[in-house]
Amino acid sequence: MDFLIDSFLSAMLLIGSLDPGLLEIIGVSLKVSCTSTLIASVIGVPGGFIIAFSEFPMKRLLITILNTLLALPTVVVGLFVYAFISRRGIFGVFDLLYTPKAMIIGQVILIIPIVATFTISAVSRIDDRYRKTALTVGANLFQTAWMLVREARFGIAAAIIAAFGRVIAEVGISMMLGGNVRGFTRTMTTAMALEYDKGQFVLSVALGIALLGVSFAVNLFFNYFQGKVRV
Amino acid sequence: MKTGLAWILTLLVAGLTVPGTTQGAEKVLKMSTTTSTENSGLLDVLLPEFTKETGIQIKVLAKGTGAAIRDGMDGNVDIIFVHAKEREEKFVSDGYGAYRLAVMHNDFVILGPAADPAGVKGTHDAAKALKKIAIRKARFVSRGDDSGTHTKEKALWKATGLPLKTETTEIVKQGKRQQVFSQHPEGLGQWYLSIGQGMGKTLTYAEEKQAYTVADRGTYLKYKFGRKQGLDLKILCQGDPELFNPYGIIPINPTRHPHVKFKWADRLAEWLVSPKAQGLIARYKIAGQQAFFPDAIANAR
Repeated sequence: MDFLIDSFLSAMLLIGSLDPGLLEIIGVSLKVSCTSTLIASVIGVPGGFIIAFSEFPMKRLLITILNTLLALPTVVVGLFVYAFISRRGIFGVFDLLYTPKAMIIGQVILIIPIVATFTISAVSRIDDRYRKTALTVGANLFQTAWMLVREARFGIAAAIIAAFGRVIAEVGISMMLGGNVRGFTRTMTTAMALEYDKGQFVLSVALGIALLGVSFAVNLFFNYFQGKVRV
Repeated sequence: MKTGLAWILTLLVAGLTVPGTTQGAEKVLKMSTTTSTENSGLLDVLLPEFTKETGIQIKVLAKGTGAAIRDGMDGNVDIIFVHAKEREEKFVSDGYGAYRLAVMHNDFVILGPAADPAGVKGTHDAAKALKKIAIRKARFVSRGDDSGTHTKEKALWKATGLPLKTETTEIVKQGKRQQVFSQHPEGLGQWYLSIGQGMGKTLTYAEEKQAYTVADRGTYLKYKFGRKQGLDLKILCQGDPELFNPYGIIPINPTRHPHVKFKWADRLAEWLVSPKAQGLIARYKIAGQQAFFPDAIANAR
């Protein structure tokens, strides 16, 4: 019990004193996670739309593959990207490994399936008559798509929130591709893993509490946003 | 509903404890050690021999020295095998360890890329070598994980006389505010890369970034000659007595943690300093080179 109280008080101290090391770690986490969520959304949401509204052979198979990729382990993505961007890999000359860019590449690959499948299920749920009505009243394709986005906004926002949650909480890719370099690629999760390795459990739990706090703040923001759009 | 839940819990607990009790019939000893010991491959030679002789099996948990000592303090393991002499002695004098036996030593080396941008090659003074790296702001990878190697590296940085940055973090322990310090040269995150990972990972990282690093010789040899694709780093500084790296074995004090298997831990510690084990250590070679030097018996072979 003492252990938990200690950790909680330490977390308060860390956050309350705006510890520069902690802020730096939170900064790296947010920067990387937000960037990868943004990129994955820009690719995944339209991608989901196209898959949901077009008919092509193997459509079911593609959706099944996307669903399977939801279970993609972070270490597999990490290894895969590592093989490409390592000094001995084909993109080795760009010196990408162990940089925030490398983490973003891995995280984008990890969450595109999440954004895409959530989007597919969100827009598939909309009654097809909406689309047909829109087209018959003379809306062009873009206007029709925009109307569907408005209709499915809640599901799409959920897709983005889930994707963000996945990347801010993951440790495998950040560790393998970011390398946990202090002041450069150290994120909240890799910092926690490290403090645990060092036997500094109190600091580790304190970071965990800080992480939940940050996620809560981000979700409050999303919640506010979802509410806004709805009106 | 409540009884159903109770049943599930009972089943769970039973399921978890049954294999535990059968395991209790065997002799299993838990040992926390450093990643450098594990990565070097020496344990794979020593421990099976010990098990063959005594029937005691050993579960090895490889971590940084800091975490290994922590395991010992919390009584999570029965014995620790680490390399940070001062901290080990404190561990024993604080009552966590029963005693410490000097088992062996190897040494640290300063590694770097063959191109050697900081011109370290040929320097015998380890602190001078690090100073050159810092002045050139050549990339340097630090374990940064509070391990024995990291402890040594910090001591070397101190010896360079360069200005070091100290950072303090306040934590609460047993209701009291405490400060945790960390020291590093200027340039953190730019040329000084503190990655907080094990020795093997640090070597591959340094190779990937063609950076300098401090490593123990055993792990270096293993990664240089024991793999298909040998490590692309060279020893640039070695032989300084400051780079000496002694390993000690410490059974956990049974008066502090009565549940530890002191009798077996004691047996392992005594065995490691016996002529037989010391001979195994002396004969253990990586790529034809002796990696560890027995300390208990001077002329063991």
